[in-house]
Amino acid sequence: MASVLRRSQTVLNSLCRRQFSASPDGNLTTHAGKSMNLYSAINQALHIALETDPRAYVFGEDVGFGGVFRCTTGLADRYGKDRVFNTPLCEQGIVGFGIGLAAMGNRAIAEIQFADYIYPAFDQIVNEAAKFRYRSGNQFNCGGLTIRAPYGAVGHGGHYHSQSPEAFFCHVPGIKVVIPRSPYQAKGLLLSCIRDENPVVFFEPKWLYRLAVEEVPEDDFMLPLSQADVIREGSDITLVGWGAQLSVMEQACIDAEKEGISCELIDLRTLLPWDKETVEASVRKTGRLLISHEAPVTGGFGAEISASIVERCFLRQGEQNINVLHVVRPFSSLHNPIHILLLCLCID
Amino acid sequence: MIRFARSSSRNLFHRVLNRKFQYCSDSSMAVQCGRRRKDQSSGFFWPTCRFESTEAARHVDQLYLHNHDDQELDFPGGSVPFTKEMRFMSESTEKRVPCYRVLHENGDAITPPNFNQLTKDVAIKMYKDMITLQIMDNIFYEAQRQGRISFYLTSSGEEAIAIASAAALLPDDVVLAQYREPGVLLWRGFTLQEFANQLFGNKGDYGKGRQMPIHYGSNHHNYFTISSPLGTQLPQAVGIAYSLKMDKKEACVVAYFGDGTTSEGDFHAALNFAAVLRAPVIFICRNNGWAISTSIEEQFRSDGVVVKGQGYGIRSIRIDGNDTLAVYSAVRKARSMAIRENMPVLIEALTYRVGHHSTSDDSSKYRTTDEIQYWKMERNPMDRFAKWISNNGWFSQEDELNHKTTVKRQLLEAIQNAEKTEKPPLSELFNDVYDNLPKNLQEQEEVLRQTRKRYPQDYPSDVPL
Ligand SMILES: Cc1ncc(C[n+]2csc(CCOP(=O)(O)OP(=O)(O)O)c2C)c(N)n1
Ligand SMILES: [Mg+2]
Repeated sequence: MASVLRRSQTVLNSLCRRQFSASPDGNLTTHAGKSMNLYSAINQALHIALETDPRAYVFGEDVGFGGVFRCTTGLADRYGKDRVFNTPLCEQGIVGFGIGLAAMGNRAIAEIQFADYIYPAFDQIVNEAAKFRYRSGNQFNCGGLTIRAPYGAVGHGGHYHSQSPEAFFCHVPGIKVVIPRSPYQAKGLLLSCIRDENPVVFFEPKWLYRLAVEEVPEDDFMLPLSQADVIREGSDITLVGWGAQLSVMEQACIDAEKEGISCELIDLRTLLPWDKETVEASVRKTGRLLISHEAPVTGGFGAEISASIVERCFLRQGEQNINVLHVVRPFSSLHNPIHILLLCLCID
Repeated sequence: MIRFARSSSRNLFHRVLNRKFQYCSDSSMAVQCGRRRKDQSSGFFWPTCRFESTEAARHVDQLYLHNHDDQELDFPGGSVPFTKEMRFMSESTEKRVPCYRVLHENGDAITPPNFNQLTKDVAIKMYKDMITLQIMDNIFYEAQRQGRISFYLTSSGEEAIAIASAAALLPDDVVLAQYREPGVLLWRGFTLQEFANQLFGNKGDYGKGRQMPIHYGSNHHNYFTISSPLGTQLPQAVGIAYSLKMDKKEACVVAYFGDGTTSEGDFHAALNFAAVLRAPVIFICRNNGWAISTSIEEQFRSDGVVVKGQGYGIRSIRIDGNDTLAVYSAVRKARSMAIRENMPVLIEALTYRVGHHSTSDDSSKYRTTDEIQYWKMERNPMDRFAKWISNNGWFSQEDELNHKTTVKRQLLEAIQNAEKTEKPPLSELFNDVYDNLPKNLQEQEEVLRQTRKRYPQDYPSDVPL
């Protein structure tokens, strides 16, 4: 155990120090810009969203003074308390209100303080936001709605500040689910989500809010939705993940490389609707697939990926050499080292 | 004080209290008005003057003002007076909140309506639309019984609320209804053909046959598409109202819901959001006594719904929902307050669901026929309004007969057309889930088309490819 812990500490340290890569070849210098962390990148995206669209609004619990994670810092001062404001402490109210605001042709950017507290709004998201366009025959839509929520383990959050609830939402046609892995990705993807004509749930890896730092262009740019990103190319195995887990997986790839295993790492970025083609092409090349996520394994989104890839690469084409491994990262304050243990499992 | 101690009877106690309340009611206003926190930086003020407060509201005010000492607690939101008396706020008021009405059962106006806005033409259209609504209910209900449509739900007994409230609004006002308010759409000009198309789920249905019957919606009429989950429209109404306010529109949002729906979390979320964000939205609760088989005694302990408004800081009124003129005048007033003062208003309209909950329900299993008959015969909203307009000499029996004959003929035609019109094509199963069809849905559509080719006998023949 001691050696595992020591090893996990090393991994953590290296993750902390490392700049998070954003481009396919891991080359940081491709985007000229300012070095910034993830929450600042989110903040910048929100500034741009409010600046470029007078019909954009930012609201949620405590967003007025900058938010508990500082993502909305300076917005109320700059754009006024009518466009950036605190709401009462009520998630179903926040999302319901956001749907109405979006239905009037506004960009409604709602913050749920923690993804763990998104469940009171589940009905408004699943039954309302997702079905608003469909049930009205496209007479009405709430496409301008974006719901931001910090998700995932940070090491001390326990049960209710650590969850990764993405799978619940990936089962819902009508919404999009997007999770960025780094500051550059966060800014570009968030702007795309805000401007997308469909309601989006945007989960932000709160572990990386301050930890992840990279060069981010200061201008207004967008990254495509429903397009996976091949972070590193390899030939022996395909690794698929999203959000904070990618930093763990990236380290695993580096370690595996030392042992002579060539890994291809894919960031799914958009989980719904997800880019099957990119994953399929990679698995056809490597013949092996490893999916890793923080959320519980049973009914997790990894199951959707493995089922789809098995169906496409194995059942349909009769290829037989596909191995699928599914790894998760549970969450608990006490058992934080286990997260890192799983990193070792990735390498094995 | 001495007087309190001597009164043993609870009634007397309260009568005395009430008298005392009257006596100091003006000074209480003075105390409450304009008091704000000294270091007022947040912009939040303690609610100032109350308008048209009911007796019950005054009662509550007085409870807290008759015996406080000179010192106050400086507290966020405004200072709070101290009192040496340990007194719990009562769980209810002694008297029920009264119900505003304009017309007697016999159709006479109790006080001459002091609104000159109700012209003869508007009054006649109101009555005609109520008749149309009633005919729609009778004929569509029958159509369901004959198996021609799958489901229906009537407005029977509640015609006045939808029609009179719609008449009090302007076309720019945005409506979010529950499901028992098709009268609002009718008033706004949704045609019998449009109603029939939705019920039959044909190509002419704006919802493309995706929802059950009665889930109407029309963007041309500023009427958001009905959603089955109860109460979800209420916080949405606040978001829409906020947008109207930001756009400085001369319009408000009107959200309808039943008594049962007030138990949903969304109702409470909506009232609180609307009050805090000062959204111009009128919440109209149709308290018809029942939520399917659950009576209001099993639904809430409070004096109905109207009293909940004040808890959220919302101006509220209880009205006779079967009195067309009371509904009309209250909604008109609420509208002008909502828009002028940027604030929500809550209206509780007392009425009765005379029909079964829906075609899937048999209400004789849980309520007496006497109760239904009483509301149908003695408190019938249409009879009462009919008496008033015929007393005015505006509408004769003959006019009524002519209107009925015309509507019946038009409706039967509409039904025949709707039945003949083809269903929306298969592609509509996948369209509009997103703005554009994503790859995963394209793939699923393709699989469905292949399967349909292989097993044509298992697929409905009336759905075009
Ligand atoms: C969230 C939710 N729960 C339950 C139902 C099933 N349901 C449909 S109507 C109804 C009763 C509603 O009663 P009320 O709000 O008083 O309206 P009314 O039917 O009396 O007009 C119920 C329980 C539903 N549609 N949505
Ligand atoms: Mg009811």
